[in-house]
Amino acid sequence: MTTAMNSQDGMKKQNGGSVAAEDLVDLKCVFERPQSLSDKPFHYCPGCSHGTYHRLIAEMIDEFGFMDRTVGICPVGCAVFAYEYFETDMIEASHGRAPAVATGVKRALPDRFVFTYQGDGDLASIGMGEIIHAAARGERITVFFVNNGIFGMTGGQMAPTSLIGQKTTTSVDGRDARATGHPIRVCELLSNLEGVAYMARVALTSPKNINTCRKYMRKAIRAQTEDVGLGLVEVLSPCPVQWGMSPGDALHHIEEDVVKEFPPGEFVDKLADPVKA
Amino acid sequence: MPAKMQLTKGNEALAMGAIAGGCDCFFGYPITPQNEVPEVLSYEMPKRGRVFVQAESEVASINMVYGAAAAGKRAMTSSSSPGVSLMMEGLSYIACAELPCLIVNVMRGGPGLGSITPSQGDYFQACKGGGHGDYHSVVLAPWNVQEMYEFPALAFELADRYRCPAMLLADGVLGAMMEPAEISDDAPPPNVPEKPWATNGRNGRAHKNVVNSLVIDPYGLRDHNLKLQAKYKAMECETRWDTRDVDDAEILVVAYGISARLALSGCKLARKKGIKAGLLRPITLFPFPSKQIAECARNKKRILVVELSAGQMVEDVRLAVNGDVPVDFYGEMGGVIPSPAEVCEKIVEAAQ
Ligand SMILES: Cc1ncc(C[n+]2csc(CCOP(=O)(O)OP(=O)(O)O)c2C)c(N)n1
Ligand code: SF4
Ligand SMILES: [Mg+2]
Repeated sequence: MTTAMNSQDGMKKQNGGSVAAEDLVDLKCVFERPQSLSDKPFHYCPGCSHGTYHRLIAEMIDEFGFMDRTVGICPVGCAVFAYEYFETDMIEASHGRAPAVATGVKRALPDRFVFTYQGDGDLASIGMGEIIHAAARGERITVFFVNNGIFGMTGGQMAPTSLIGQKTTTSVDGRDARATGHPIRVCELLSNLEGVAYMARVALTSPKNINTCRKYMRKAIRAQTEDVGLGLVEVLSPCPVQWGMSPGDALHHIEEDVVKEFPPGEFVDKLADPVKA
Repeated sequence: MPAKMQLTKGNEALAMGAIAGGCDCFFGYPITPQNEVPEVLSYEMPKRGRVFVQAESEVASINMVYGAAAAGKRAMTSSSSPGVSLMMEGLSYIACAELPCLIVNVMRGGPGLGSITPSQGDYFQACKGGGHGDYHSVVLAPWNVQEMYEFPALAFELADRYRCPAMLLADGVLGAMMEPAEISDDAPPPNVPEKPWATNGRNGRAHKNVVNSLVIDPYGLRDHNLKLQAKYKAMECETRWDTRDVDDAEILVVAYGISARLALSGCKLARKKGIKAGLLRPITLFPFPSKQIAECARNKKRILVVELSAGQMVEDVRLAVNGDVPVDFYGEMGGVIPSPAEVCEKIVEAAQ
């Protein structure tokens, strides 16, 4: 789905064929690629939501009019090539260190919009130190966090966010709490830190939830632009390939099981929100 | 205020030298024996509207440097041996992504937690890459407080010129010693070249910029490596060294940093005993003055290399003379510092 969305060639083919160009003049464009998203086809597996989240980020950058003043920082993980998909300036960080890199950029250029894009291995395993301290310092950065409960890129190993009982290539009989501990709930953990201005979690499983995600993302961006503190949106995301499920089953699995361990909702909101007030 | 002679501690001179060198952003984590560097910068930087962040670790420090350098700023960190070890992954990324920045290592005794006493045991790490992959940093070795003040500016200049990390390799003696040095509180801002590659927000630029060290295509990565290697070759013209009393010398002593100070005193004592000894001091450890050493060694009886290590730079000296002149080594480790008299003794031994 995401590949077609992002592919100009695909759009041309759909619109082209035998229809003459002049017949299209009166047609209204109802859906197009955000300006901040490049026309490079995503490399993600079918049913993966990395591409969906990329598109949402690009939509937001367009909506806020930030394309000209954004610096994005990509992770090491399946989204390692994210720098190819955005039309903004991009930095590829080492595994887990995106919040430190973002700190360097934001302190150097306080008036730019700085975001990180990080997986759960990146943020909650190797990079836990960097995200905690960036949050504690209240760095004015926005973190787009993709929790798919697994190390997608390296072949489906256990992540700190894998569910108890989840089969992975390093927990072949299912994750055993006695041996490997319990899933880390990032939003719950970080919400104790004063530097966090906005934090929310949403399952990226339906159009409705995608709209909710947009709402959360807007606030996580405002947390930075209104100089309140760090903003973070965690998306519960499918990894059908490494979960060994069909794309449809993977979405059901999130809605049935994953949300029990990782309840969606807003955890911190320090923005003066007229709707909430 | 113009520069004036003041009695200054090495680490403090280094901090003021970083400011004079146009450092925009400092990120660091405390470790002895370089703590005065972040301490001084923690108030001198904000005073000037520049950035100081005490990072949560050296891993974070080097990645903050990566970010600020990518944003086009003069960025640096300072640490000592164990902390610099933690930075090696980040340094490798910085070298591959071709970001200019400054890393200071005020070396202490190792391996392991070692001690807080002076050492030169990190020469291999500094000069041979240190992190993974084929890369180098420019490495500068000051030998007095004046150079502790002057070298940050030089390091930034070379880093910008070659788009590479620069390392200032000092040691616990240089950091802690006090000497008169000409220090300025408000040096004029240095000329910093344009950085059209910086990821600083497009701001009307027709294309996006990407700072990256991932080159997934083998031929692409090979070509990138070849480009890096060509750059290291081109840097040879930046080689710096210093010689003292070498023309008539029969024994050539080669030493850098604090060892060169001891070695020079040792050479003078040896001359009093009738042995003609002279010093060659590499100032850039990378690029290494191989040709200069080979040339200088041509009519010498022996070479003596003095280091505060088990013998690291000595390997490069041996490669430089390629067997033409016998090379002896005198080293101390663990923070033990040889006296000039002990160096003199080794020179006398070499002369026999
Ligand atoms: C220092 C370091 N250690 C390990 C790796 C190997 N590695 C690459 S991606 C990854 C895990 C990525 O998982 P996650 O962040 O959850 O991203 P996903 O692929 O699931 O989106 C690991 C362990 C690395 N690149 N660097
Ligand atoms: S492995 Fe998983 S996370 Fe990675 S692209 Fe495929 S589905 Fe997405
Ligand atoms: Mg993952």
